[in-house]
Amino acid sequence: MPTVNPSARTIGGVIPRLPARARLAVAAARSVSGLARRTGRNGSVIGGRVATVLDRRVLGRLAAGRTVVLVTGTNGKTTTTSMIARALGGDAAERSSTGTGGDGDVATNHLGANMPDGITTALLDAPGTRLAVMEVDESYLGEVAAATDPAVIVLLNFSRDQLDRVGEVRTVARRVGDAVAAHPRARVVAFADDVLCAGAGLRSASPLWVSSPSSWTGDAGVCPRCDGPVTHAGLRWTCGSCGLERPPGNWALVRDDAGWSVRGPDGVEVPLELALPGHANRLNAAFAIAVATELGVAPAVAAARLRGLEQVGGRYRTVTRPGGTTRLLLAKNPAGWAQVLDLLDEGPGRPVVVAVNSREADGRDVSWLWDVPFERLAGHPVVVAGERAAELSVRLAYAGLPHRLADDAVAATRDTVGPVDLVGNYTAFHDAARVLT
Amino acid sequence: MSARIVLLLPEVLGTYGDAGNAAVLAARLRWRGIDAHVHTVGWDDAVPEGGDVYVLGGGEDAAQMLAVERLRGSAGLRRALDRGAPTLAVCAGLQILGRAFTVADGTWVPGLGMLDVETTPGRGARRIGDVTADPLLDGLDELLVGFENHGGVTTLGADAAPLARVRGAGAGNGTGDRIEGAVGGRGGSIVGTYFHGPVLARNPALADLLLTRALGTLPPLEVPEGLPSSTARRLGARFRGLNAAVRRRAGA
Repeated sequence: MPTVNPSARTIGGVIPRLPARARLAVAAARSVSGLARRTGRNGSVIGGRVATVLDRRVLGRLAAGRTVVLVTGTNGKTTTTSMIARALGGDAAERSSTGTGGDGDVATNHLGANMPDGITTALLDAPGTRLAVMEVDESYLGEVAAATDPAVIVLLNFSRDQLDRVGEVRTVARRVGDAVAAHPRARVVAFADDVLCAGAGLRSASPLWVSSPSSWTGDAGVCPRCDGPVTHAGLRWTCGSCGLERPPGNWALVRDDAGWSVRGPDGVEVPLELALPGHANRLNAAFAIAVATELGVAPAVAAARLRGLEQVGGRYRTVTRPGGTTRLLLAKNPAGWAQVLDLLDEGPGRPVVVAVNSREADGRDVSWLWDVPFERLAGHPVVVAGERAAELSVRLAYAGLPHRLADDAVAATRDTVGPVDLVGNYTAFHDAARVLT
Repeated sequence: MSARIVLLLPEVLGTYGDAGNAAVLAARLRWRGIDAHVHTVGWDDAVPEGGDVYVLGGGEDAAQMLAVERLRGSAGLRRALDRGAPTLAVCAGLQILGRAFTVADGTWVPGLGMLDVETTPGRGARRIGDVTADPLLDGLDELLVGFENHGGVTTLGADAAPLARVRGAGAGNGTGDRIEGAVGGRGGSIVGTYFHGPVLARNPALADLLLTRALGTLPPLEVPEGLPSSTARRLGARFRGLNAAVRRRAGA
């Protein structure tokens, strides 16, 4: 496996001057964004929407000349994007005022506004940066890649998520693969252990593979190449029909007596000292180090830059309240919950408040709660909240977990003494984060 | 001896949380003091013929085609269905047990032929959303609730009966006549539905109907301690029992 992609581009280049129409679009968009933010909106998409109305090629024009990294997948997009921006030298300090913009030398979309308008807004807010690291909704990768000619495409994982809204995950992964195939100049960095992710990554001629133990193996029973049956043995997976198997990892998480480190090509091994908790974040960090190395940053430098990252858009943030602390966690689908349960297993049996909504952004169907092994919360005092607390309570009852119901997740944390974890799905998490941070 | 709930191929028929149906059945036996476990049939496992209840869930098109080929040669499943073992088949599971189905790309696939239904791709948008339906099965009094999310249109033949009739904007089988699900097989032992949720978690009376068919009259259910009272009430059985249904039919 080559460690240097002959087609990979180095950071730099000259950012071309925008054509007149685009300059007008950009000026109008900045004015609208500023207005939105002064009136208390987060303004993470409106600028991009206005600019695109005035110049439908504005995203491509704003991206021209920059080295663009696109990050997609079901879980971990926001956190990994933030890590990559940091590893590349961006000051990924949280920018709570706007949530978008340039971190010094890196443009990135912090607030998770990951559709084309949000990405356009983030580029508008960071004129002149040579680097742009953007998370992209899985369904929009093709469109955004076509406009931005990415140097790197990162594929994190693909699993069931909001089936009523997004559709079947195999279809999503296949379209991502089509986007990969359409951009042969982009270096693809993909997760080898995830069958659908590997299937999409293999549409590239020379992908870089990241590998790590993971406790979620759902959505992995059918071969992405030939539709044959895929069987698993530990981390290895193999298609019984066409023989497709897990690619060997170029970058892997390894653990020894000294703790976790990331092992890369050419004997590279750098220790991980993350402030962010849990195995999922170690894996996200491995991606960030792999991408930064690909773009010319020394792996040890990239790893060191990740140390100070303590929270991402409120995720993993710990806030102090009278009588204790509350840690905020996001889990919006079964694979995300598997990661959170791994994280909770690493600590003591703290109280856990679980909040589940089913608004548009969450998906209306809560059947996915039955794909989460909530049995693993045994040993934690559990409180159930959110708009679908009744269904969640039934799920936990069948999991054999005693628990109580609360009208409000944040109020429930205040009724607890000592450290407590609050886990919400998308809107439940953001509702709590807004109150607590 | 432990009662055995057989969960078929959850790796490919487990996309929509339907494995929960098996967990619900086993728990509702244990809460009655009856030892029970879920027997998961993985891709390389044989299907046991002596299970008490069989459960199939939903899956994507490619997964559904794999599942039907895998189950076609299963002597264990055929013997179980031939003897009338109570079976719950959801979404793709329902289509697989039918005579045939056509997937979205036009491929016609023979089903297992255990249920007199046939499924074709629907025109236009998938049918997605919360649904309520009036049950048409003896012994079920309360509205059935669930979440439907499918593209196929399932037509019932003469040997299958509808499970329920949907209300409001629900689509059910997608045939335009509000019919939801299918009941058939030997003695009506197969209950097919498009309802996810999972359907037995949201409709405990339907779970108890399947368990009663498998094991006869059930002892009263004792909800575990430490649950909110509203949840404990939801878990309480509301299926009146086959005897009650028979008595009602007899005019008693």
